[in-house]
Amino acid sequence: MRARTGIEAAPAAIHVEAITKAFGATAALDGIDLDIRGGELLALLGPSGSGKTTLLRVIAGLEPITSGRVLFGDEDATRLAVQRRHVGFVFQHYALFRHMTVADNIAYGLAVRPRSERPSRTDIRRRVSELLDLVRLPGLEKRYPGQLSGGQRQRVALARALAVDPKVLLLDEPFGALDAQVRRDLRRWLREIHERTGHTTIFVTHDQDEALELADRVAVLSRGRIEQVGTPDEIYDRPSSAFVAGFVGQPTRLDVVVVDGKVRLGDVTLSAAAPAVPAGPAALFVRPADIDLEAASGPRIAATVAGVRRAGAVRRIELRVADGHPPVEAEIAPGRAIARGDAVNFTLKALRLFPSH
Amino acid sequence: MAEARHAFQGHGWRPVAAERPAIRRVLTVVAVGFVALFILLPLAAVFAEALRKGVPAFLEAFTDEATLAAVQLTLLVAAIAVPANLVFGLAAAWAIAKFEFPGKSLLITLIDLPFSVSPVVSGLVFVLLFGSHGLFGEWLQANDVKIIFAVPGIVLATIFVTFPFIARELIPLMQEQGTSEEEAALTLGASGLRTFLTVTLPNVKWALLYGVLLCNARAMGEFGAVAVVSGHIRGLTNTMPLHVEILYNEYNFVGAFAVASLLAGLALVTLLAKSLLEWRYGDELAGAHRH
Amino acid sequence: MTAFALTGPASLRRAIAIAKPSALPGFGITFGFALAYLSLIVLIPLSLLVWRASGLGLGGLLGIATQPRVRAALETSFYLSFAAAALNAVFGLVIAWVLTRYTFPGRALIDAMVDLPFALPTAVAGIALAALYAPNGWVGFWLDAWFGLKVAFTPLGIFVALTFIGLPFVVRTVQPVIAELDREIEEASATLGASRFQTIARVILPTLVPAILTGFALAFARAVGEYGSVIFIAGNMPFVSEIAPLLIIVQLEEFNYAGATAIATIMLALSFATLFAINLTQAWSRRRLGHG
Repeated sequence: MRARTGIEAAPAAIHVEAITKAFGATAALDGIDLDIRGGELLALLGPSGSGKTTLLRVIAGLEPITSGRVLFGDEDATRLAVQRRHVGFVFQHYALFRHMTVADNIAYGLAVRPRSERPSRTDIRRRVSELLDLVRLPGLEKRYPGQLSGGQRQRVALARALAVDPKVLLLDEPFGALDAQVRRDLRRWLREIHERTGHTTIFVTHDQDEALELADRVAVLSRGRIEQVGTPDEIYDRPSSAFVAGFVGQPTRLDVVVVDGKVRLGDVTLSAAAPAVPAGPAALFVRPADIDLEAASGPRIAATVAGVRRAGAVRRIELRVADGHPPVEAEIAPGRAIARGDAVNFTLKALRLFPSH
Repeated sequence: MAEARHAFQGHGWRPVAAERPAIRRVLTVVAVGFVALFILLPLAAVFAEALRKGVPAFLEAFTDEATLAAVQLTLLVAAIAVPANLVFGLAAAWAIAKFEFPGKSLLITLIDLPFSVSPVVSGLVFVLLFGSHGLFGEWLQANDVKIIFAVPGIVLATIFVTFPFIARELIPLMQEQGTSEEEAALTLGASGLRTFLTVTLPNVKWALLYGVLLCNARAMGEFGAVAVVSGHIRGLTNTMPLHVEILYNEYNFVGAFAVASLLAGLALVTLLAKSLLEWRYGDELAGAHRH
Repeated sequence: MTAFALTGPASLRRAIAIAKPSALPGFGITFGFALAYLSLIVLIPLSLLVWRASGLGLGGLLGIATQPRVRAALETSFYLSFAAAALNAVFGLVIAWVLTRYTFPGRALIDAMVDLPFALPTAVAGIALAALYAPNGWVGFWLDAWFGLKVAFTPLGIFVALTFIGLPFVVRTVQPVIAELDREIEEASATLGASRFQTIARVILPTLVPAILTGFALAFARAVGEYGSVIFIAGNMPFVSEIAPLLIIVQLEEFNYAGATAIATIMLALSFATLFAINLTQAWSRRRLGHG
């Protein structure tokens, strides 16, 4: 009997080794190494053009690469055709087959198997209805994709990908085309499904909240390289590069100078302790929550309030620190009396400092 | 760099949404072969047959007075039919695209009607109207007005078969463009006519040219409808396509194919201009071109 | 006549009132002119044909239609048009696919040349095909020598001519739909384990079916009414290779207006039925697939 695939049972660990993909002179992917653990939910996070979708498509076998290897478990899948990789891919715009009913869409991966490996009609029907229950769309078998809402299409696409019992589930911007409320619901729901099915899952997103909230680990990409891989806590609290620090947490970047082991912003010395960056110009990333207007001690920075806005549970103020610097955003409790034009002093709770290039 | 490099882009990998190279080659050969057999070969045959007895015999065909008369009549018919349908196309497109009124889609369907009528039937309806046994036949005979077997009938039949060409290029494009630019011009103080000339017309000029090209090609080449109403009177009611038929039936093949090659040349010029327009101004023509 | 009443001044004023108020001028004059011109050139002449036919009565119409020669001509036109449109549906699909998806030297030329049957006068096409497929022609000679196949002056010749004039209808209807096919759909099919053949058969072709049917119907409708490109190659033998449009002309030459009217009306009804079928197909595909 011809083996359908050499890949062992799910959930498979995925190893991406030294993947490079050249597009003419530029590299879409530039030496990517990444280990995805079996059963893990991993986010590929980055701005558009960072290569995150390309990497996902490389893992699926949808894109050729210039060099490197992709391993599913111990199996080298680099040369394996997409049909034989057993991945479940959910496309950004779902790519549902418009001329097929929801049931036929979900059954597709089973129906195209060679006769000897194809489940019986009744088994397929049972599987479809199980999956529709799983994605909470029971009874919609006979509908066409055109008759569904965006969120429902998304769920059908996921059910279709799960139907083939994939070694790995790959989702490209799974919530990108949906509106905010549906996004939040589906996020929680995807987490639940992941916990129930236990598939190794990789999803691509440009939305850091989505990545941090949903994933076990996050890989941050920029310009075809991986900047940092870590748990949401590690990524958020200990960004390891200027790019990650600038990308996560909506910071304001301030250009500072490191002289004699001290960080200086204009006339103000920001830290007594010697920073871990070499002397010279450096970038300081200040998040709204880093700013303390109440601190009794520490190096204080003088600023004027340039604007006050309400943002959900907190109030956001814009602080103008000195000429030539962009305004810094800070969060304060809504009850605190503050107005445009007020002069204030603040200290920084954290100092995320990176040498600038 | 100790690790093995697995470069495999060059061979073995093909895009997922594509056929195998061998199948691509087979399909390409089939497609090109079909077009060559059914389209290129007949085109080549026109010119080959025209030149079968050499260039002098080819050129001699154009010294025939009846041939020259046919060329003249064809130009005359096109010179009436194309402007008439141009004016209609602009008026219809303005009313349909810039205003809302009930029955609009019915009107659009009616404009397309001549495309679904056989050319012979198109000619027949005018015979039923103006022929000697037709509705107005007796009255026309009594007043000595000749429409059928005369130039007016040929013009009418040609206008009928080329009726939709310009309107159907303009209507979808002008609908797409909406009315905001015209309204802006009016608020700036332009008159209605000035708005049309300086705002609407420049926006549709390439689609208009496109429609005129197709309309002209059909007007000069129409055969069936004109054959019914013309009466084939040599030197008087023979257009070029009808003259081709007469020469062919007289076994004057070189002459027939010489006139035919002129018409084929016109068709090639039309296709070339059409391709250039689509390539250069594709965005400024209406969405999809279906004929 | 009602058609005249439609263009009268009273209905014109009503039409002006009918249009929703707009800041733009010129509705009355352009609408009035367009409607008058449409009525004079197209609607009145065509309604006269229908009026004449109704004078024959259904019995008279059927009586003419079932005359052996008329019936033979209608059948010849119908069956050969159907066959030619079917051949075009197959090869037109391949041509549209190759022109949209592949690149090869000469592609732009082939793409432009597909429109030749639209631009080339039918009489020119007719004599060219007759010359090609005649027993001494470039193609006819070899078909005869190799297969003993006679094309010119037989029904096969009609089939060749109808294939020529119908080809662009299929290609130009299918081409834009192929161009708009979402590659992700094909990729999705592949990730689910489908071979390329399965993807084409189960995903791509079903999506193209409405366009192929529309192209087929357009080619068929055109072929049924075609005259110029056929008569030179057909041989025009009654009961064998005589097409319906030619029979109309034959009847006219014999001043048999009733016969001509009857055949024309049947052909008109056939093309309207085809047009209606096209609209139904498109409405169905819009409903089902959410696009046109």
